[in-house]
Amino acid sequence: MTPNLTYVVVVGVLFAAGVTLLLERSLTRVLMGVILLGNGANLLLLTGGRAGGAPIVGTTPEEEMSDPLPQAMVLTAIVITLGMTAFLLALAYRSWHLVGHDEVQDDVEDRRIMELADRDEGPGTSDFGEGDGDESDDGPTTGTTTASDADRKTVAGETGRPR
Amino acid sequence: MNWLVPLPVVMPLLGAGLALMLAGRPRAQRLVSLTVLTATVAVAATLLLRTTVDGPLVLAVGGWAAPLGIVLVADQLAALMLVVSATVTLCVLVYSIGQGMADGDEETPMSVYHPTYLVLTAGVCNAFLSGDLFNLYVGFEILLVASYVLLTLGSTETRIRAGTTYVVVSLLSSLIFLVAIGLVYASTGTLNLAQLVDRLDALPDNLRLLLQGMLLLAFGIKAAVFPLSAWLPDSYPTAPAPVTAVFAGLLTKVGVYAIIRTETLLFPGGRTATLLLVVAGLTMIVGILGAVAQSDIKRLLSFTLISHIGYMLFGVGLTTQLGLSAAIFYVVHHITIQTTLFLAAGLVERRGGSTALDRLGGLARLSPLLGILFFIPALNLAGIPPFSGFLGKLGLVQAGVDDGGPLAWTLVAAGLVTSLLTLYATARVWNLAFWRAPHADMPGPQDTVHTTRAAGAMEPYEVPDKGFSGAMMPRLMVAPTIALVVFGLALTVVAGPLFDISTDAADDLMRRAPYVEAVYPGGTP
Repeated sequence: MTPNLTYVVVVGVLFAAGVTLLLERSLTRVLMGVILLGNGANLLLLTGGRAGGAPIVGTTPEEEMSDPLPQAMVLTAIVITLGMTAFLLALAYRSWHLVGHDEVQDDVEDRRIMELADRDEGPGTSDFGEGDGDESDDGPTTGTTTASDADRKTVAGETGRPR
Repeated sequence: MNWLVPLPVVMPLLGAGLALMLAGRPRAQRLVSLTVLTATVAVAATLLLRTTVDGPLVLAVGGWAAPLGIVLVADQLAALMLVVSATVTLCVLVYSIGQGMADGDEETPMSVYHPTYLVLTAGVCNAFLSGDLFNLYVGFEILLVASYVLLTLGSTETRIRAGTTYVVVSLLSSLIFLVAIGLVYASTGTLNLAQLVDRLDALPDNLRLLLQGMLLLAFGIKAAVFPLSAWLPDSYPTAPAPVTAVFAGLLTKVGVYAIIRTETLLFPGGRTATLLLVVAGLTMIVGILGAVAQSDIKRLLSFTLISHIGYMLFGVGLTTQLGLSAAIFYVVHHITIQTTLFLAAGLVERRGGSTALDRLGGLARLSPLLGILFFIPALNLAGIPPFSGFLGKLGLVQAGVDDGGPLAWTLVAAGLVTSLLTLYATARVWNLAFWRAPHADMPGPQDTVHTTRAAGAMEPYEVPDKGFSGAMMPRLMVAPTIALVVFGLALTVVAGPLFDISTDAADDLMRRAPYVEAVYPGGTP
């Protein structure tokens, strides 16, 4: 069986465009990327089966039938992609609702390192005690940003509603 | 006994539907979830007994025989995984019920929580049982979709942010898996695992390597193997404590399970063994270095989770029977212990009001029980002799020494260093959170007032102060944690029989024939 060249090219284009969009910051574009990638994958699944007439006994001679299995699988995959699209869309909407944009934000570690860099401390300089000699407690140590701290804080300047 | 095979998938799914219908009646909902999961544990235990005696059990769904229909296969590996995961999910469910009742949130989050949790269980069981590559994909999707909902429960800002990363990364891995499935079908014309055994063997080497690589890439993301693991410590710690616990215990292990299947049943011969070993070593070392640098218990535990995935890959990568059986033993141990530790961390969050190490202190004095509940699994994770963590690591080290190659020796060394650093990381938590003098602003032993952080543990809404002394560590939360600690200790006691089972399972996996014969009694078509 040789795959149809048109299919292969279309799958390639869909994947390329999908990956490009997936690397964007805005969740809506990521969503578009996921849709394109999903369609590409579905088309790829279809390409894997034999093309032909409807696979119903009596309507098509057996050797001209298409392969029904990839079609069944694609149906399942389409439903799953649909559900995922809806969920991502809800996520993007909720994000816009809460922070005023739908951009994928930096992870906690990145923000922590950035904050440390802003305060002229190298990454890895943690100034709370490492076990020994820490019996005398002098309240919360200053200058340390814990992960959960950074997590609760949105990075300044990101909170405005979109124009 | 074949009719038992689909029950671990069907029962939670039906239960989920029922729980959704009972959304307004939390008491009935709790009853449904508890009954379903208890029954799942019982079924899983029976399956393990049957498969140990009779070999793999196969059920053709809908009565369509294997190449046409979908089969569910319970071999020893699958049954063992089912038993452990069902036990863990049951304990975590009780814990979350305890947390929900103590917080008095009988409204939205919990009514969504129960059905979703059951769907998650069904997905995990489906992934373990499926004898078909596409059905495995469906199982993955079921559990992932449920996990998206659980991770963003309450949809606070933090959880949405963490959920975004998690969802996008998981979607990508699912897409890679789907593409791999498309390619496997295009090149072999089947997706039935037993039928793939022969057909994949007949393929050209390069094509096989491509398919194997794509499957490993997809499963590697799910299992959080080092270069593909950055999403995990970023997303897991933000979820409610029981959710994090069950994710940490199960989701990555489903990925590991899929890797084991890929490496033994579909693509034996160890062409990617070197790759797996290198990646295993990096996962161990990089993961544990991340854990050492953390100042928050939940994040620290997430990094140890990644790091210890390396041990399992190490066993798989050795491609010897001893290595594989040690890896299976380690999976069982790690599911239990990592979940226990996250549950204990949840209790720490309630008792101490935070999981940040610089804000905690003196917990051992405030609550000796909590100290024990953290200390034992922590030592277990690090691999201190009488515990199962030690036995698992011993098996792996032995398998590595038997192999004798330079890479295997490097991995043995990396494993020992990781074990030592795990001890260092957990001892650091112990020193800072439990052993040093308590902070002045920490709630005292008799203090029953909820701190805001403790209340925020399960869900973000305002929580009425219950005003009874059990509120900080509700009995229903402590009991399942104790149960899991004891279960972890019991793994040491039954280590002999357990290792026999995992050796049997590894033997079956290496020979491949028992699996294929169970699905096709008359030979492959």
